[in-house]
Amino acid sequence: MRIPILKLNNLLLVSIQIELDDQSALQLQEDLLEKIHQTTAGGVVIDLTSLDMIDSFIAKVLGDIVSMSGLMGSQVVLTGIQPAVAITLIELGINLNEANTAIDLEKGIQILNQSGVQ
Amino acid sequence: MTSNMNIPIICEWDIVAARQAGRDAARKLSFSIVDQARITTAISELARNIYLYALPGNIILEQIEEQNKIGLKITAVDKGPGIKDIKLALEDGYTTSGGLGAGVPGVKRLMDDFSIDSVVGEGTKITAVKWLKK
Repeated sequence: MRIPILKLNNLLLVSIQIELDDQSALQLQEDLLEKIHQTTAGGVVIDLTSLDMIDSFIAKVLGDIVSMSGLMGSQVVLTGIQPAVAITLIELGINLNEANTAIDLEKGIQILNQSGVQ
Repeated sequence: MTSNMNIPIICEWDIVAARQAGRDAARKLSFSIVDQARITTAISELARNIYLYALPGNIILEQIEEQNKIGLKITAVDKGPGIKDIKLALEDGYTTSGGLGAGVPGVKRLMDDFSIDSVVGEGTKITAVKWLKK
């Protein structure tokens, strides 16, 4: 399933509302990088509020998206990680240290605005 | 959960199916939200392990009872190549697939009980239990 990517000024917004299978995660990675290239968006917010679990594969894909977008010059903020998901990720041994995070979509956009991405 | 569930792992989509079955089972047994996430994640890791290394296999979910405790038992069985060095497979960061290497050692931390049996050339059986807190 394709996850929609919305453009808001110089930002891209992604909200993952589906049960994320491996293919959809990889598809999102490709689609998002392509969209960054097309729109020259300076920042991306990926909202994870609806996800009730993130396993090591999805975490790896999300981490890769952050690094890959960074290489292209676009800053990614992950938002809305649920308490249960944060606990599970750390117990799994995954800390997503490279990723910028924010408590919700609004704060995620603020972080990007503060770093000059409008 | 009145009966046990047995989810065959044949294609990538079966990882999602196993995860969903685990989520439903954990909810029915009234596990906390955090334990539901632990159980679902553990199942996802075990199912992916089968998919990556040891097709075909099965994820079996059972409600168990022991000394007045209720638990959810996950069994992952496969007829894959087996694990040569179980100690190494349980080390954080060890991977042969380019993943994070968090899967199997992570499952051990997410669940209460964990055991692994593997015979090279025959297959692997991993069992993991989460007990319901009273």
